Amino acid sequence: MENGFLCRDRFQDLLEALRSLGYQCIGPQVRDGAILFVALVAAEELPRGVRDIQAPGSYRLERTAGPRFFGWANGPQALKPLVFAPREVLWRAERAEDATIRFIPELPPPLRLAVIGVRACDLAALDLQDRHFLGPPAEDASYAARRASLFLVAVHCSDPSDSCFCASTGDGPRASTGFDLALTELDDGFIVESGSGRGAQLAASLALDAVTGDMRSEAAAQAEAARARQRRRLPSRDLRAALFARLEHPRWALVAERCLACGNCSSVCPTCFCHAGVETPELDGAASVHARVWDSCFTQSHSYIHGITVRSDTRARYRQWFTHKLGSWHEQYGRSGCVGCGRCISWCPVGIDITEEAAAICTGTGHD
Amino acid sequence: MGEPAVMAKKPRVAVHKFSSCDGCQLAFLNLGEDLLRLSSMVELVHFAEAGPVDPDAEVDIAFVEGSISTAAAIERIRSVRSRSRFLVAMGACATAGGLQALRNLADGAAWVADIYAVPAELDLLASSTALAQHVRVDLELWGCPVSGRRVVAAVRALLFGVSPVEEQDKVCLDCKRSQTVCVMVTRGLPCMGPVTRTGCGALCPRFGRDCYSCYGPAENSNVEALGRRLEGVGLSRTAAGRRFLSINSAAPPFTEAGRRRAQDHE
Amino acid sequence: MTDLMVPHEAEVVERISESATIFTLRLRFRDGSRHARYRFVPGQFNMLYLYGVGEVPISVVSDPQDDALFDHTIRAIGRVTRGLSRLQPGDRLGIRGPFGCGWPLEQAQGHDVMIVTGGLGCAPAVSVINYVMRRRQLFGELVIVQGVKHAEDLIWAQRYHRWSRMEHTQVMVAADVGTALWPWHVGPVTELFAQARINASDTVAMMCGPEGMMRVAADHMRALGIVEGSMWLSMERSMHCGVGRCGHCQIGGKFVCKDGPVFNYTQVKDLLPVRGL
Repeated sequence: MENGFLCRDRFQDLLEALRSLGYQCIGPQVRDGAILFVALVAAEELPRGVRDIQAPGSYRLERTAGPRFFGWANGPQALKPLVFAPREVLWRAERAEDATIRFIPELPPPLRLAVIGVRACDLAALDLQDRHFLGPPAEDASYAARRASLFLVAVHCSDPSDSCFCASTGDGPRASTGFDLALTELDDGFIVESGSGRGAQLAASLALDAVTGDMRSEAAAQAEAARARQRRRLPSRDLRAALFARLEHPRWALVAERCLACGNCSSVCPTCFCHAGVETPELDGAASVHARVWDSCFTQSHSYIHGITVRSDTRARYRQWFTHKLGSWHEQYGRSGCVGCGRCISWCPVGIDITEEAAAICTGTGHD
Repeated sequence: MGEPAVMAKKPRVAVHKFSSCDGCQLAFLNLGEDLLRLSSMVELVHFAEAGPVDPDAEVDIAFVEGSISTAAAIERIRSVRSRSRFLVAMGACATAGGLQALRNLADGAAWVADIYAVPAELDLLASSTALAQHVRVDLELWGCPVSGRRVVAAVRALLFGVSPVEEQDKVCLDCKRSQTVCVMVTRGLPCMGPVTRTGCGALCPRFGRDCYSCYGPAENSNVEALGRRLEGVGLSRTAAGRRFLSINSAAPPFTEAGRRRAQDHE
Repeated sequence: MTDLMVPHEAEVVERISESATIFTLRLRFRDGSRHARYRFVPGQFNMLYLYGVGEVPISVVSDPQDDALFDHTIRAIGRVTRGLSRLQPGDRLGIRGPFGCGWPLEQAQGHDVMIVTGGLGCAPAVSVINYVMRRRQLFGELVIVQGVKHAEDLIWAQRYHRWSRMEHTQVMVAADVGTALWPWHVGPVTELFAQARINASDTVAMMCGPEGMMRVAADHMRALGIVEGSMWLSMERSMHCGVGRCGHCQIGGKFVCKDGPVFNYTQVKDLLPVRGL
């Protein structure tokens, strides 16, 4: 529902309104040469005039004199670390003198977070993470606690990067669902729309102007341009059959020659969910902390069972990541695991491009 | 990795030194409160840098720092092995020959002649080598220096009667877990993280500099692909090769990657 | 809400040494009401937590009706399992579970049953054999096929001898490499399949062992006339969570921990021949 127009110089009102509801704001800021989502207090901290120039294996920021806060595509992370934490303590075991063991579950601190500047691809990825962590056999307690605390303020993407292909996956550049508020950024301010009851309530508390017809047509043109600008695409939204018919395609070995098996693609991927259980006993042995940490299908330990590493080489590991992302996700969660954010392309140190590999593997018979 | 024998209630521990800078022993000493706790849980029978000296003591766990670079050292490491139930190679020198293994690839005798007044007084082997080339090693803790956290974790595991966890994933994973921004992708720095064994917690990238691989090669390291990439970010072929020929030059994947580039240049 | 991720304290009541590296832990939950509520079916597994060390998935081998204790037969091969091998009666550990789908034992009732195992001590299949033996009248002919690489790898030889003396039960054991005193077949175990005394079209087959072995065994069973939909197998993959979340156990689109570990052959037959999936 369209609520009105928020002038750029009133953006701080939005942050204050969220804070008054008990939310800590998280928003995009320039840190170490990238757009990171960190604690946001003042609108001045937003990356005004900043653009991101992305290419395979490369990410650079550039400052312009432009007025916009959200004129960039994305950074290495957005929502994933906020809900699926890189390290999450699940429980703590304590052993008494008589050798009895007590298990004490741990949950993340009950922080209410409002995330400003979420993209359509981030929301699509969050929906996939929800399906994974909140589905049967039971909700994951830690994820559920973090997820329930989120207030999501989306900003429709107006400046996709060279790596982006959300139009091809059908996940962007406009956010259509999953947000509390969504903003369309124009030079003078933001068209505000709400996607939830609490979003509408919050919008109602802001001093908004009327949205004009000119604003609407500018917004529509901007969305269309953002779509048209994307050059990369996947051959199809469902590559499951194509990939599983080509498990012995020669391309897997070729990509393995270039791939570092460093796991960066899976770490920046907003839908990758693999994690490892790690145990950290205290030195005196009286207690031990059991946590889960982000893991990757590119590691040796990922497929290790009693003396055997199932996926011992990079060919098998890359194939696992790729066929899972674009293939088996359909079987597991009813759609592809790729939302077209392009992070795996930009943040791969050697610039391997998922769209290029998909085209090479999925076209032809698989025996060429 | 060796099978840890069931440890005594209070295992006897020795810390030995071979060709090295003592930095790994310092990592031990720098444990602070954990060192005090540790010393109440184990019996430190030999640790020259900390006080107790009894190099010939029979022990449950021996931490060995340094590489083997003299004939006498070969005899001594065999002796240490025979007196230790569980032997831990600690640090880059012990696991890969260390910085001093650079001479394996060069004219070591010429270096010696350039530096020492009376070279004949040195009894040097032709190469500096890892402990595992001379004796059975039960656990390798890589790093220059080794991380104190890993030393503590190893002792704790052995006290529980299990093998310590072997960390062999790449530094990149810890970079991403700590949400450190990639210095290679954003700044084109010649980072060695994608081929380097983690254990440091991505220390250098967290402070904005490129990893220089002091923890040695990770498992399944694609040194060729990284070598090409290092050239892609602006390093000459020789300079890219030198990135591999540093602290862990004698670790096989690094020796090969470095040498190939050096030879191509000649 | 029950948190499936948090273990519960259990106690080792008995430890049985099966071979130099294989042992059985007989366990019960310390909390009596939890123990009373605990239900599993053969083929399911628990996550066993060794204090301060970590967790490992192990199938339950005891009979669901023996509810005083539940048993795990374990091979000491990794850091956790070697640590578990040192546990003694009275020692404590953590248990989460049971997880996964078990064997199709109700579907198999009234039919002949062929159980094929390979490799060292295949505990998940032994639970089925014991289950069928206890309820012998519910099933038709029982054929037990076990293949090992080397004759010395066979554990529980006495059990195979004992089973072979039971009525309506056929035991076929083979070793690729025999020894002088080896009483059974020397050669690939599949050479014995043709001798199976079953009505193939009315047989439910259950397999457990290395994937290559199961793939070849399935081909031979199909040749006998056993229909693919009646063949079941237990898969193994790395598992850290047990509930389909950690991602380690995937093979194709399947999570072995929650979609398996017991699968119908038709679910995985396309994946079995591919190395490194």
